[in-house]
Amino acid sequence: MTLLSLHDLSMRFPTPEGRETLALCDISLSIGKGELVAIVGPSGCGKTTLLSILAGFQRQSSGQALLNGRPIAGPGRDRGIVFQQGALFEWMSVARNVDFGPRMGGAPRASREALVRRLLAQVGLQGYADKAVWQLSGGMQQRVALARCLAGDPDLILMDEPLGALDALTREKMQSLVLDLWQDTGKTIILITHSVDEALLLGERLIVMAPRPGRILQDLRLPFARMAAGGDLRAVKQSRAFQSRREEILSTIWGLEEEIMGRPEAAE
Amino acid sequence: MIVLLTYLGLFLGSWSVLRLLSPRKPRPVFGDIAAIRPNRWAQLLSIIAVLAIWGGFTGSRLVPLHVPGPFLGQTGFDYGTNGPDGAAEGRVTIIVHRPEDKPDPLSLPVGKTVFATPAWRSTLIRPTDKDTPGTQIVTVEGLPISPGQSAPVPHGHVVLTPKGALSFTPDPGWQMEPIWLPAPEAVAARFWEIARNGYQNTALWEHLGYSLLRVLAGLVLGALVGIPLGYAMALSGWFRGWFDPIVEFMRPVPPLALIPLIIIWFGIWESGKIVLLFLAALWIMVIAARSGASAVRLSKVHAAYSLGASRMQVLRHILIPNSLPEIFTGLRVALGVCWGTVVAAELVAAEKGAGMMILVASKFQLTDIVVMGIILIGIIGYAIDILMRWAEARLVPWKGRG
Repeated sequence: MTLLSLHDLSMRFPTPEGRETLALCDISLSIGKGELVAIVGPSGCGKTTLLSILAGFQRQSSGQALLNGRPIAGPGRDRGIVFQQGALFEWMSVARNVDFGPRMGGAPRASREALVRRLLAQVGLQGYADKAVWQLSGGMQQRVALARCLAGDPDLILMDEPLGALDALTREKMQSLVLDLWQDTGKTIILITHSVDEALLLGERLIVMAPRPGRILQDLRLPFARMAAGGDLRAVKQSRAFQSRREEILSTIWGLEEEIMGRPEAAE
Repeated sequence: MIVLLTYLGLFLGSWSVLRLLSPRKPRPVFGDIAAIRPNRWAQLLSIIAVLAIWGGFTGSRLVPLHVPGPFLGQTGFDYGTNGPDGAAEGRVTIIVHRPEDKPDPLSLPVGKTVFATPAWRSTLIRPTDKDTPGTQIVTVEGLPISPGQSAPVPHGHVVLTPKGALSFTPDPGWQMEPIWLPAPEAVAARFWEIARNGYQNTALWEHLGYSLLRVLAGLVLGALVGIPLGYAMALSGWFRGWFDPIVEFMRPVPPLALIPLIIIWFGIWESGKIVLLFLAALWIMVIAARSGASAVRLSKVHAAYSLGASRMQVLRHILIPNSLPEIFTGLRVALGVCWGTVVAAELVAAEKGAGMMILVASKFQLTDIVVMGIILIGIIGYAIDILMRWAEARLVPWKGRG
């Protein structure tokens, strides 16, 4: 069942020199319920712009973005967002961060307390409810961010480089947490990442984007997310199939970067 | 000059002594500024050095070492005259006493040949007053002297005036006169006296309390107007455009420069001072609130909206708490500026207040009260800052940890 569909979505920005850049060019895409989509691409390919349009923070220049059949017009509770570090409200405790959405919506205290307890258990932060967020490590902060996003029970979860600022070990743990949450909740997740490994591992569906103009280059279905979910994430990463896919994607992106560097206007 | 050299000597002396005494610790790499901590010994010795110099140059009883003080006691010199009655010789005795004491009249009767003078002051001596008119002083301590010339005598020097009298100045020593700088214990004694009896019919705490009250009134008004205005400027392009020229123009104008205009408009009484302090605090608070609200990370606002928050909820739960650390910093700066401004405003005109106290005292040359007032003003300003830092650590513990 289709949750999100994009039709000829384009985004143009004026440049300081008075010209226009085409950040997104005629993106058409349809994403079904329960899919885990990873988007990867070199910088400048418009993946963050795309996410920002889906979240409702920006309006597309032309084309259509439909969620549940209705056009996206501004941010809403049906879409949860997990940013890179720094988007938590550091003046609130962990519990107040997690129940922010329901609290703003006027949910009663008792139900919020139960929700916080359940979500913190789900992300592995039992007993941290009353801690200040700045007392937590980066990985734990991102767990709070995941719980906060889940608290609103959104249809679609958008993740913008959620693990980008974490160290390699924490990052692997968080990757398996994302997979577990995806399996347990059945949510639709769109995840943007710089890391090809992460995209291959987490993306049940992998979209490779290319810059100038921002467009979809490849749209692949991958088996690794289902293999890794609940299983051995490291073993999947070491498998021959994973490695050869990785080389394939990397050489594609490598080629794109070369292409950009080779163009005269890139040097401006 | 001597004071400065002594201070430099104390600085270098205690530095080298402590470097020799303290165990060799691995020192941070030169340039690693984050590793520099204030040396506890240096802090302690710095205060001791200031007190030692203050006491040493004022003859304080609290300090064991003093620079030489003014000559006190009995001295005298011989002189020779020449006149119609022929040459004659005489001797004068001079009693130099502390400025605050009177010479003991019984020990030596002050009269024709005995004179008294307070230390640091010169006195006119006319030993020839009762002699035949025309008698003139021609030698002092056996050396010839003519009008306008100066001659050294034991514990002082004399100048022969054109009218034939001798002006005697006792040796001043290196210590400061109390009227320039009183000894620490004199200031402390004056503090107890004023703390108990008040000054100018007003208790000491009332003088200081009035100043503090004015500061608080000005600061509260400034914050009440400035913080909402700062938020409006952060959030609305129209507000920012409208008020930016005013704020940017008024911000660099020192509040003290406004005093004359404030006096013309509001008079010298309470309202004028509070308006002045309000203006001093206002621009600081506007800028603090504006930069605090502008500094919010966009992802926090976006996160709040996507969690279903309304605009008012974003303001109340995101923008305001996010700006609190900056507002606190603004309050700290504004308090400091206001405290400085109120003292200056009270110097111009006031019935009560710390600034008024030191101004009136200076007119009566009560230097001890002036020094006491300056110290109290400094202590209160420092205490306010410590209090604000403490409150900041309590109320905005997330500062700098976003």
